Amino acid sequence: MRRYAADVAVLARKDLTLELRARDTLPAMLLFVVSTLVVFHFALPKHSSDLAAKGLLWVAIVFTALVGLTRAFVAEREQRLIDGLLLAPCDRSAIWLGKCAAVLAFLGVAELVALPAYAAFFSGIGWSTIVAVVLADIGIVAVGTLLAAVAAVSRTRELLLPVLFLPLAIPVIVGGVGASVAESPGRYLGFLCLYDVVFAIISWASFEYVVTE
Amino acid sequence: MQGHGRERHGRAGQASDPPTEPVLISARGVGKRYGDTRVLESIDFEVDARGFMLVTGPNGSGKTTLLRLCAGLATPTAGELDLRTPRESIGYAGHEPLVYRELTAIENLDLYGRLYRVPERRERIGMLLERFGLWHARNQRAGSFSRGMQQRLSLCRALLHEPELLVLDEPYSGLDDAGAELLDRELAALRPHATFVVATHDPDRVLPLATTRLGFA
Amino acid sequence: MSTWLRNNPVTALAVLTAALLTASIALIFFYAPVDADGLNQKIFYFHVPIALTSYACFGWGALKAFMHLWKRTPTADLESYVAIHQGVIFGALTLVTGSIWAKVRWGTWWTWSDEQLVLFLVLFLFYCAYFMLRFSVDPGPQRANLCAVYALFGVVLIPISFLAIRLANSYIHPTVFRSSGPAMATSQFATFCVAWAAMLSLAYFLYRFELAGKRLDANLKELRELLA
Repeated sequence: MRRYAADVAVLARKDLTLELRARDTLPAMLLFVVSTLVVFHFALPKHSSDLAAKGLLWVAIVFTALVGLTRAFVAEREQRLIDGLLLAPCDRSAIWLGKCAAVLAFLGVAELVALPAYAAFFSGIGWSTIVAVVLADIGIVAVGTLLAAVAAVSRTRELLLPVLFLPLAIPVIVGGVGASVAESPGRYLGFLCLYDVVFAIISWASFEYVVTE
Repeated sequence: MQGHGRERHGRAGQASDPPTEPVLISARGVGKRYGDTRVLESIDFEVDARGFMLVTGPNGSGKTTLLRLCAGLATPTAGELDLRTPRESIGYAGHEPLVYRELTAIENLDLYGRLYRVPERRERIGMLLERFGLWHARNQRAGSFSRGMQQRLSLCRALLHEPELLVLDEPYSGLDDAGAELLDRELAALRPHATFVVATHDPDRVLPLATTRLGFA
Repeated sequence: MSTWLRNNPVTALAVLTAALLTASIALIFFYAPVDADGLNQKIFYFHVPIALTSYACFGWGALKAFMHLWKRTPTADLESYVAIHQGVIFGALTLVTGSIWAKVRWGTWWTWSDEQLVLFLVLFLFYCAYFMLRFSVDPGPQRANLCAVYALFGVVLIPISFLAIRLANSYIHPTVFRSSGPAMATSQFATFCVAWAAMLSLAYFLYRFELAGKRLDANLKELRELLA
């Protein structure tokens, strides 16, 4: 168990270090999310409610996550670096978990910028939205990382990931928007927890099958 | 591509190992196909512990695929391949150096050292870098290395955890004369302690070390 | 008789399906009582069984996917694919029949308040992505693994999506229309059961038919390679 945790930590640190040095994914995500929010301003005709804008916040989050996820396995795929990880004695699911931790960190940083920007451009955010964002991130990253590995194997790669991911992101959007706009967000937050647990488990268990040749 | 779709039979050559050595890799009727392409077909061989199997053949004949199977990176689609050594005892160096470009040489080896749980990691890394003439470049990003240096780093990575089985796919490619001599020395030094599966375009160089030979048409 | 059945399962299924379809159509139009909705309500005898059959296909596909991953059964991948293929066909039919019903009932081709229909839309998108995945990876064990994993995700998505759509309705629409209408009388129920049996039979027949075709293809390919 301790070895597993150590492996995950090593792999997560590797991804964070790589991003810190290359600096290509995170700046793109930041720019993307802010640009998207500006686009949404122009996309909402006047007299649109605050609630409509709240919905669009979640769209921005999901698509920004996609931007980050598309880059998740690029090095592993292009330079066959996944072979190096597969040769190592660590559990395959540790590769998934380490990658999730890194992508979650990137998404978190992007949201640290996005949420204040949203508050400035549109309207304030309540605590339920913030909790929902945290919960939703876990689910998005769990499923997204697995699907990124799936897409990396295919010929169409970047094209395939959004197609695979968006139907699975619909429940997250529902949970997130519901928690942001409903009077009693508890149900929606509970639903997000359910989604996280179910899909994290199934992603964790099936990663091994996705990466073996 | 050359040679695909044609039958390739591998036959083990002269075995000079004492017959009491256990068999480390055993292949029976092994085949591998990718999509509609049959890359390997009906391959039979056995590699004894402390044996040295030399794999030769032209480009595209399936050597790389065979070595990936021997390293456990792929599974055969036909036949049986028995790999009697655990993953942590296998060292593999292929066409890609398998090093992260943005990490330094020492960081790359540290990463693999941790994943393989190499004891006395720092000392071992330092020793390997020195043996392969990379100590002076240890804090340089692997992406800035020349092809030859990357190959040397890849070999360091393959040897880091003192593997029992070494699977080397054209290890001399990209190495200059000095590098090739270094590799010669290393192979000679490791020869009595490990089992080897080596594919090369330059078989004469390693022929003296070999115990069996597998030729691809 | 039983030897003939054993040797020609697909033909036997075709006969059974034809019989059941004829029976159900007869029952739907001549036996089941006409409802307040009029002729439009008859669509339900098609729509709901088709929807249920679609679920059954996805479930069967996921089961075969699980068998592939766990037991490494060699035929499981192809069976999973064919089952999901049938599921998508029936899913598309569900969307079409539901759409027709909505158009006749409310004058719009689509309504978001029918939870079943929205669920099918989501699933339809998901399983279309399955095909995109399948055709963008070269055939082989890895493709089988990827598709099997995705099929399992799909079957898990069904209840989660359903919950999500339920939850969403409380902030999207204040009222929820249920498309299956009030509780059914016995005659309606009997008709419904026959229709459902007919749809299941049709799906299974198509499944076996397509499987047989694909297996024949694979055998032919193998023979060609051996001769080459």
